[in-house]
Amino acid sequence: MNVLAFLTRTRGRRLDWTDALTYVYLVVGLFTMFAPVAWLVMSSFKTEAALAQFPPTFLPYTQKTVAVPGHDKPLPLFRVADPAGGPGATRELAQVSRIGIMATMVDPASPQQTVQVNIRERQPVQEIRFEASNYTDLFGKFTFGRYLWNSTFITVVATALTLLVNSMAAFALSKYRFPGRNAVFLLIIATLMIPPTISLVPVFLVINSVGLLNSLWGVILPAIATPTGVFLLRQYMLTIPDELLEAARMDHASEWRIYWRIILPLSAPALAVLAIFSVMWRWNDFLLPLIVLSKSEVFTLQLALNSFQGELNTQWHYLLAMTVITLLPVTLVFAFLQRHITTGIASAGVK
Amino acid sequence: MRLLAPLFELFEPLFRGAQRRLGATRLAWLFVGPNLAIFGVFTFLPILINIAYALTGGVKLMPTERPYTGLENFQILFECGNYLDLSTCRKDIFWRALLNTAKFSLIQVGLMVALSLLTALVLNRRILGRGFWRGVFFYPVLLSPVVVALIWKWLLQSQGAFNAGLAALGAPPVEWLTDAGWAFFWAVFVSIWAHMGFYTLILLAGLQAIPKDLYEAALMDRATPWRTLRRITLPLLAPTLIVVLVLSMIRAVQVFDEIFVLTGGGPGSATTFIVQFIYQTGFAEQIHLYGLAAAASLTLAVALIGLTLLQLKATRAGQAGERAR
Repeated sequence: MNVLAFLTRTRGRRLDWTDALTYVYLVVGLFTMFAPVAWLVMSSFKTEAALAQFPPTFLPYTQKTVAVPGHDKPLPLFRVADPAGGPGATRELAQVSRIGIMATMVDPASPQQTVQVNIRERQPVQEIRFEASNYTDLFGKFTFGRYLWNSTFITVVATALTLLVNSMAAFALSKYRFPGRNAVFLLIIATLMIPPTISLVPVFLVINSVGLLNSLWGVILPAIATPTGVFLLRQYMLTIPDELLEAARMDHASEWRIYWRIILPLSAPALAVLAIFSVMWRWNDFLLPLIVLSKSEVFTLQLALNSFQGELNTQWHYLLAMTVITLLPVTLVFAFLQRHITTGIASAGVK
Repeated sequence: MRLLAPLFELFEPLFRGAQRRLGATRLAWLFVGPNLAIFGVFTFLPILINIAYALTGGVKLMPTERPYTGLENFQILFECGNYLDLSTCRKDIFWRALLNTAKFSLIQVGLMVALSLLTALVLNRRILGRGFWRGVFFYPVLLSPVVVALIWKWLLQSQGAFNAGLAALGAPPVEWLTDAGWAFFWAVFVSIWAHMGFYTLILLAGLQAIPKDLYEAALMDRATPWRTLRRITLPLLAPTLIVVLVLSMIRAVQVFDEIFVLTGGGPGSATTFIVQFIYQTGFAEQIHLYGLAAAASLTLAVALIGLTLLQLKATRAGQAGERAR
């Protein structure tokens, strides 16, 4: 059997040129969506010197160095023409020092003998090396650990509280008949249409009046009641049969116990979707933290990134590493839970 | 769940006591209470206070200490000596932000929805590994606006990958982010890059909801693919398409974070949009003009309410259309 025909067969239909076009489109899409991220990740492994080079390379190249006896530090390697080897031959020499345009170089094999080389007649020897120092330096030099902790704290606490508060509301709205229930539900859904951008100043005032300015709680509290969460959970809880609750009531279970022993475990799939959303919302949040958190010790990662990139002399080598760390959690969530996220969005139509 | 059990048990006496006193039905209010309190304090109350801000002047934060100025804030925002020349306006930056936002929204939404539709159509074909490809286009949606902006800022900086590409072709470098025209182009491009996956996903769900037998019937009738697209796919996708158009428009009008980090609103005011104007007038500049910022917020709110009503109407029309079928 023809291997090619077997590979290109799609369920009883032969491939034609439109299929070829389809895959071309998909590959172009793959490149457009991932190449910028890949470029960023690769750049974050370059040394400061390598980042300053133009034109830049995709892979992190650095100049090779060798340890030469008699010298404390490793010496940079260069490729220079080898007069002994005839035309076109080269040899690798290590540079000891440089004065003006003349460099003093040694052969690593025989370090006693020095050679004078014009700096225009040598090429640095490059090797691919993933430099981790941008990352390791972050944890030592900056208050980076602080930002990481702030972001993590906000994300974890806000997500836990979002799940609790929204599931309580959804429970009441789906399992009780009480006067005003529909009004409450409509009111909550209406907030879907009120984006925070249109009431920035008063939100600032309210957070200021309750004394939460420059406090992580000032970002957590306003965020834990989400209309999307209530809606998602309520729709799910409606499908839990009331008989289960009645049976529990027969056994004299309190309403609170019914909520956390029956409703919560049964709503686990919906809670998981909301948890994923909430983690992404809080981790990526920018505008609210921007106005609430103005002192650098309460900065989140997003705010720290923004303030570093705005500096006059942007330290790109640190900024790139920080950016990669910031996008890492979301990327991991995406890699493992992609299906949940995409089906959650397709069914709820929310982000 | 078992791990958290002691935590939940902690609230048991509180709720049991409340249940004895209120009865099971009124207990519901205790369950919705926390949610409503937070919405009330952080969403509904601010909307009311916003109106108070818009109608008062001065630089005090407490609304009670601010003098009433009526519609003066709106006058400052909108008044121009000559409406054909923006530099004669009292707040010409507001007008520029307004026009930029309108221009951005129209271009960005038009291009993005077209691209999302094309991508959804491609993903809806018989392809190997659809889940993977769907994920590919969706991935940037999950990235934070700051990260998105930095990724592109790094590529577009004067010694970045784009200029390296130009250099390899022998062309002179371009200042992508400090040239007004290019900065606006990249603002549009980057926001499409970051958001189109979300709309692609919704459109794909819409495409997959179209009954398969319609396509089989079209195949029987030997309809061309183009005709099938125009006569079956697009009409049946129309409700989803309208929702996507309005949703993306609502978001485009509020464009802020990515572009703010990418270009800072510049060069000049080339990529300054309305939310950035609000942020700068209210928070970033030396003197915080809360009244002006609130007035601009209300202007934005009016636009958003208009768009939301449009969406409701469109959704209802779509549902009515479905019922009629």
